[in-house]
Amino acid sequence: MSRYVCPRCGYVYDEAQGHPREGFPPGTPWSEVHDDWPCPDCGVREKVDFEPERQ
Amino acid sequence: MSPDQQLSTASHSIPVAPGIGDGAVGSTAERGEVTWRDPKRYAWLLGATVPLLPFAAWGLVEVTGAGVFWFLGPVLVFVVFPLLDIVVGMDPANPPDSVLKWLEQDRYYRYCTYLFLPLLYVSLVFACWMWAYGHLTVADKIGLGVTLAMVSGIAIADAHELGHKRGSLERWLSKIALAPTGYGHFYIEHNRGHHVRVSTPEDPASARMGESFYAFLPRTVLGSLRSAWRLEKTRFARMQRSRWSIRNDLLNAWLMTLVLYGALIGVFGVTVVPYLLLQAVLGFSLLEVVNYLEHYGLLRQRREDGRYERCHASHSWNSNNVASNVLLYHLQRHSDHHAYPVRRYQALRHLEEAPQLPTGYAGMIALAMIPPLWRRVMDRRLVEHYDGNVTRANINPRRHTKILARYGVVEPTRVVTR
Repeated sequence: MSRYVCPRCGYVYDEAQGHPREGFPPGTPWSEVHDDWPCPDCGVREKVDFEPERQ
Repeated sequence: MSPDQQLSTASHSIPVAPGIGDGAVGSTAERGEVTWRDPKRYAWLLGATVPLLPFAAWGLVEVTGAGVFWFLGPVLVFVVFPLLDIVVGMDPANPPDSVLKWLEQDRYYRYCTYLFLPLLYVSLVFACWMWAYGHLTVADKIGLGVTLAMVSGIAIADAHELGHKRGSLERWLSKIALAPTGYGHFYIEHNRGHHVRVSTPEDPASARMGESFYAFLPRTVLGSLRSAWRLEKTRFARMQRSRWSIRNDLLNAWLMTLVLYGALIGVFGVTVVPYLLLQAVLGFSLLEVVNYLEHYGLLRQRREDGRYERCHASHSWNSNNVASNVLLYHLQRHSDHHAYPVRRYQALRHLEEAPQLPTGYAGMIALAMIPPLWRRVMDRRLVEHYDGNVTRANINPRRHTKILARYGVVEPTRVVTR
């Protein structure tokens, strides 16, 4: 399971947790999130801008 | 300006706890001068006194016997605050980068925004009581309604600050602040609609060059409503659930308004209905006139891949006038807000590269009410911002040819083939 970070506000999309409120149940892989999904916290970066979290 | 310069300009200082903030503090820490005081710290309480306006109006009417004082609210917003902006002047100083984190974590600032809410509701109940039992003339009741509209309109600025935060408490408080105006959908549309599409022709809340406030108002009110509904519809479709649910953030926010109005009408009778509606419509119109001036004519250009360029400092109108800034929770530092929407109001920064309005939001609101004057002041400024190239502005499509012609741009002739 991978995690992806919004480069603007630091919100993390964790595949294990998904984002149920946004319609992504736990376990939803990043590839199933569509490209123009905006960051749920800041709204000013979209999925394509997110970066994989560095371990 | 470097953090060092800003530190040296602080008039009084209190020690800042060591180890806070990010690395930028290092250079000053070596000199043992890590001190900074927020000059606006106690001024932020001003916002929370806004709901006391109806009480102040009542006091003045009692003392003087002149019913005209029921109109105190609009006089303060449209006359006194524009003058205060001029008299008090500007404050372009920024907190040093090294204290931003600490400043954001200081809970005092968020309590200032919470404090607004109980006072808002006390004020609303007081107004209803006066409408029902205050033996007021119709003109007095309207005056009180307009004054309350200034309160519920500025409550939307408070809701705006709260609605951008990550915590569920603040998000709920945001909806509570929106309930008196029935503008609960703002919480969804502003964060997920406006911030995503700001300064593009697709955003109903970004005004276009040559569009008067009175043309903008119905477009933004209806367009934002439609967009908010679409956003929630899409979210529920992804969840594969019916959107007709209490979890729908538009429906639960509007329900809050219905319950509130129902309770007020139940207690005070139907006599309060026209005035409740008056304060709601004027209240959200006050928010919309602020929306009108925040991005007037500014446009994000299309990139080669078809997406819009990112929102930059150049895509919002700013102002450093102190009076409007403390009244509206630094809303005038709008470019930094769009760059970092989650950032708390007290930590928003003036950006040197951001376009500046000729005066504070209060004065610009008054100006926007008079479209010919507004265009006289702002169109020139907008074109200057684009180095004389009017084609880079977000132009009202209805006036496109006319506006281009005024600035000497000839559109290529369309060849019509039959």
